[in-house]
Amino acid sequence: MKKLITLGLTAAMVASLTACGGNGGDATTAAAGGDATTAAAGGDTTTAAGGASADNSGAGAEGAFKIGVIGPLTGPAAAYGIAVQNGADLAVKEINAAGGANGVMLEMNAQDDEHDPQKSVNAYNTLKDWGAQAIVGSTTSDPCIAVAAETSNDNMFQITPSGSAVECVAPENVFRVCFADPDQGTASAVYIGENKLATKIAVIYDSSTTYSSGIREAFVKEAANQGLEVVADEAFTADNATDFSVQLDKAKEAGAELVFLPIYYQEASVILKQASDKDFAPIFFGCDGMDGILTVKNFDTALAEGLMLLTPFSTTEESSKAFTEAYVAAYGIEPNQFAADSYDAVYAIKAALEKSGVAADADFSTVCDAFKTAMTEITIDGLTGEGMTWNAAGEPDKAPKAVKIVNGVYEMQ
Amino acid sequence: MVKGKKNKLLIQNSITYAMVILFWAVIQGLSAGGHVSSLMKGLLVPLCIYAILAVSLNLTVGILGELSLGHAGFMCVGAFSGAFFTKCAESMIPSVGLRFFFALVLGAAVTGVFGILIGIPVLRLKGDYLAIVTLAFGEIIKNLINVMFIGRDSRGFHFSIKDSLSLGLEDGGEVIVKGAQGITGTPRAATFTIGILLLLLTLVIVLNLINSRTGRAIMSIRDNRIAAESIGINITKYKLMAFSISAALAGMAGVLYAHSLATLAATSANFGYNKSIMILVFVVLGGLGNIRGSVIAAIVLTALPELLRGLNDYRMLIYAIVLIVMMLFNSSPKAIEMRSVMMERLKGKKAGSESAAKEA
Repeated sequence: MKKLITLGLTAAMVASLTACGGNGGDATTAAAGGDATTAAAGGDTTTAAGGASADNSGAGAEGAFKIGVIGPLTGPAAAYGIAVQNGADLAVKEINAAGGANGVMLEMNAQDDEHDPQKSVNAYNTLKDWGAQAIVGSTTSDPCIAVAAETSNDNMFQITPSGSAVECVAPENVFRVCFADPDQGTASAVYIGENKLATKIAVIYDSSTTYSSGIREAFVKEAANQGLEVVADEAFTADNATDFSVQLDKAKEAGAELVFLPIYYQEASVILKQASDKDFAPIFFGCDGMDGILTVKNFDTALAEGLMLLTPFSTTEESSKAFTEAYVAAYGIEPNQFAADSYDAVYAIKAALEKSGVAADADFSTVCDAFKTAMTEITIDGLTGEGMTWNAAGEPDKAPKAVKIVNGVYEMQ
Repeated sequence: MVKGKKNKLLIQNSITYAMVILFWAVIQGLSAGGHVSSLMKGLLVPLCIYAILAVSLNLTVGILGELSLGHAGFMCVGAFSGAFFTKCAESMIPSVGLRFFFALVLGAAVTGVFGILIGIPVLRLKGDYLAIVTLAFGEIIKNLINVMFIGRDSRGFHFSIKDSLSLGLEDGGEVIVKGAQGITGTPRAATFTIGILLLLLTLVIVLNLINSRTGRAIMSIRDNRIAAESIGINITKYKLMAFSISAALAGMAGVLYAHSLATLAATSANFGYNKSIMILVFVVLGGLGNIRGSVIAAIVLTALPELLRGLNDYRMLIYAIVLIVMMLFNSSPKAIEMRSVMMERLKGKKAGSESAAKEA
């Protein structure tokens, strides 16, 4: 018995070690990002007179408007959280360097939620103790729903960069920058139908994530209206996301001309590789989660040739060039859609701050009441959409852009 | 002599209860004065949840002597059955508190039944089969809930394992369990006081069980199965009893968990294998069979990573180091030796100074 427990504990230790190992790659980028942050912050204080440093230590200038950021900075979803942190950090620094919002400096503090709802609520409470006046977060859907219930209870303004589940913005104090899952599914089906890309469609989706199953459901629903025929509808789960030959075989046998992949790019890269091994070459079509596929390590980008995706953001677009350059300079990696979303979220807060004219030292409840109306009145030319506006329900109004990968770069359609 | 033993036991148990009540009183006092941070306030219910889980797992691992690696699975069953009930009974029982109470009872009952179902075939066997089966159970439950869709409309309940479209709901129907997204919008009825009351209830059940005739029978199975069998103890019955009680208490903790957050999804972070291991780590570090130790370990190890937030990227590293140091301090022979030497020295000094005082 004792031996077994020792064994169990050893296993636990090993598991935690592997967890650390898994984070290794992210941790290095985080560390690199951290270094860059301090370096950039150092530079900032010289340019922005009395500029609030966006340091996590929280020692900022007096009277700065405090923005709390929540996202998974460790664990398997760390790539998203770190991108959100960096995007917000960059926006805060830019705004401060340009003199703040109506002269009010911004200050940011990012907290880790490990992609867990309970930890996300803890992160939110930590930020509340720190004195946050508005929240950018949570990055992922489930934690976002949990935090939204808390902020709604406290009357704290919240804007989620990437919480795409319908319920994320259910309370009236919560807004979002990204599209809702069903909207993406519907938009994809409409795009495929209107551009007559194909009529026989196969769908491969991750049934264990809200994001993927949400998009798929709306897609299948809308496909019928668009005269599209879903010939194969295959699921996988996060636990078996390494081999897709069964799903691909079914799609191939059913004669699919287009494979719809409402999934994240890591799994999609495996699917593209396996499809090419099987000489199966339909059109592949993805959503915003596909953004980043060209950055996957050891992935032959030639495989992604002809891949289409519906995304609000691409690094090669004219309007996002400056952002991409600044981001790469500061953090050493290419920005993805999450970074762009949180960058826009901070600019939305800036716009709301200017519109409402709320005092920088107002308590969060006053800020929230002022922002709730201000958000519906502002218009932003952001990275993820031109002329973005919000309705009272918290949903953004912007057009999705279709992108095709040609010669290893995005080409707008 | 028997009386002396009983008294000692009573004192020991009272210390455990007093500790929990004192914790409650201190926190209540502090929060009345406004000295408790929001982070701490948010942590109070999770602390109770993990303390209950650790105590209940200690019943299986420490008292019964069987290894269970699926405690998070039982928590998951309790959480989902409790939350499902709360959502369904919304129109029948408008009072949130009352619904929460029934959800607790129901969650514990359902989980207890699952415990019995798993225990019947497995606990008849000798060896560590329970570890394997509970491990599988935890994973199966998690995946099963991830594909489950349950909706309700005027015609009654609809069930599907494909998606919410194939439920075929009428207009105005409501999807209650949404596959990977789980159940959202559960009222947050769990408060610190309720959590502490449930922790006390758990302690009363477990401590009284241990110190009863039944508890002694259970421990005799752990210590020497053959001897226990030879004096006519019904091994399977007692094993099953301890295991299902442990499962039911975990289910109760699960209901508490479901009612402390607005969202409930069966992800591996919530109810996966790692969670079960984490609860086991609480139990082992707190001491096998040591109920008070379980409570302390659960509270310290749950609060620690949150209180270390100031360290940013290093906090999980520090947490891991603390775990290793605690384990070494508690169980390495050298550390135990060192501890006893230190204790003797302290005692020796005390005795020395006392005698010196007497002489003077």
